[in-house]
Amino acid sequence: MTEVSVAKEDVAATGDLVVLKSVNKHFGALHVLQDIDLTIARGEVVVVIGPSGSGKSTLCRTINRLETIDSGTITIDGKPLPEEGKALARLRADVGMVFQSFNLFAHKTVLENVTLGQIKVRKADKSKAEEKARALLDRVGVAAQADKYPAQLSGGQQQRVAIARALAMDPKVMLFDEPTSALDPEMINEVLEVMQQLARDGMTMIVVTHEMGFARSAANRVVFMADGRIVEEAVPDQFFSNPRSDRAKDFLSKILHH
Amino acid sequence: MRGGAPGRASLHAEAREIVFDFLEDYDLLGAFWTTVQLAVLSAVGSLIWGTLLAAMRVGPVPLMRGIGTAYVNIVRNIPLTVIILFTSLGLNNTLGVTLGSNEIETTNFRLAVLGLVLYTSAFVCEALRSGINTVPVGQAEAARAIGLSFGQVLSLVVLPQAFRSSVVPLANVLIALIKNTTVAAAIGVAEAALLMKEMIENEAQLLLISAIIALGFVILTLPTGLILGWVGKKVAVKR
Repeated sequence: MTEVSVAKEDVAATGDLVVLKSVNKHFGALHVLQDIDLTIARGEVVVVIGPSGSGKSTLCRTINRLETIDSGTITIDGKPLPEEGKALARLRADVGMVFQSFNLFAHKTVLENVTLGQIKVRKADKSKAEEKARALLDRVGVAAQADKYPAQLSGGQQQRVAIARALAMDPKVMLFDEPTSALDPEMINEVLEVMQQLARDGMTMIVVTHEMGFARSAANRVVFMADGRIVEEAVPDQFFSNPRSDRAKDFLSKILHH
Repeated sequence: MRGGAPGRASLHAEAREIVFDFLEDYDLLGAFWTTVQLAVLSAVGSLIWGTLLAAMRVGPVPLMRGIGTAYVNIVRNIPLTVIILFTSLGLNNTLGVTLGSNEIETTNFRLAVLGLVLYTSAFVCEALRSGINTVPVGQAEAARAIGLSFGQVLSLVVLPQAFRSSVVPLANVLIALIKNTTVAAAIGVAEAALLMKEMIENEAQLLLISAIIALGFVILTLPTGLILGWVGKKVAVKR
């Protein structure tokens, strides 16, 4: 696999990349995000875990404003999230997103999926975009599928293409919204390996997942959410071996021992 | 020529001449050519205007959504005859709109196309909107997530998939449009239905004339439906 640089221009800079301050959101009567404060530093890998309905996917989706918030502020690289419009589109291009259901463009080939954003948003010329796309597809191990359509690929392959599509925009931060939850068990590892490689390369990542193995091995920090609140934040070792809150102990006892 | 039945064939020929002879006095092909022109120009126009209406109806701007919704609900509930007559009596006679022509025939043809476009686009819009509803929300979310603008999300990701799943309902709209061109006869456009009226008035061949005109329309619409049905299967997006 060839090496492709990912947002290297930011390596020198340090500091907080994503900052959420007192973020609140309701879905009707349901208070799905309650006073969320979270800061993610450049190059940090943060894994968000928690039971279903705890608001972790919603949290992930507010960061590129696929979900709007009711109050509080979210800033990315010092800039607050703008209203829907051109400025927001520009900001989203800098925030890569990988979805649970892959969401590859069904009417476009794998290669076109990875070049579309480069050509239409970054205004790269077609041959440059294709060159970069092929290198990225090679990096995630699906170069041989470049001319196929998404429906012809396995779930694991589709998700790796989706990662390549996000990387093609040279994002400052990558959001993963349960990237392995829709995959057959034997395909989970091929996606996690790609994510682990990304983490080693210094990509800033926010990962919502149920994969505790990934959290242990790749995360700098684990954020545990329950009922719309951040209940506990800790480094993985500490969180898994010695959780402080009862809620986290209860959650871990249910998923780790069976 | 076989023996024993001399003149049988010539008798047939003579009968055929008596029955079909009058057709030579009428420009049947010319009339159907006008029908085809009405249909094609109106189809192109209503596809464009219908797509814009659909974009307005799914867009983020409430005012645009309101205008799109109001347009569709008003226009599709007015009889086409009323719309076509309005273009002639209202736009042309009262307001003096000539659509850039001094000849009354050309003006009427253009007014008919305008009326057909205004009417048919409401149905195109709804056929497209049902197609847009078949595109999973995640497709638009993924498109927004890589930084595409609303217009780009629609034109590069959502509409191409929506069109592919709207081919069959759009074919229905096109078939209805082809037959609806006959309403243009109401403002004197020399298409197939006007010719039929003229022929029926002049000749004692009601059934035959009706059958010929009906056959002409079937020849236009049947392949349209079959071909577009095949195309619809061919371009369907696999998920």
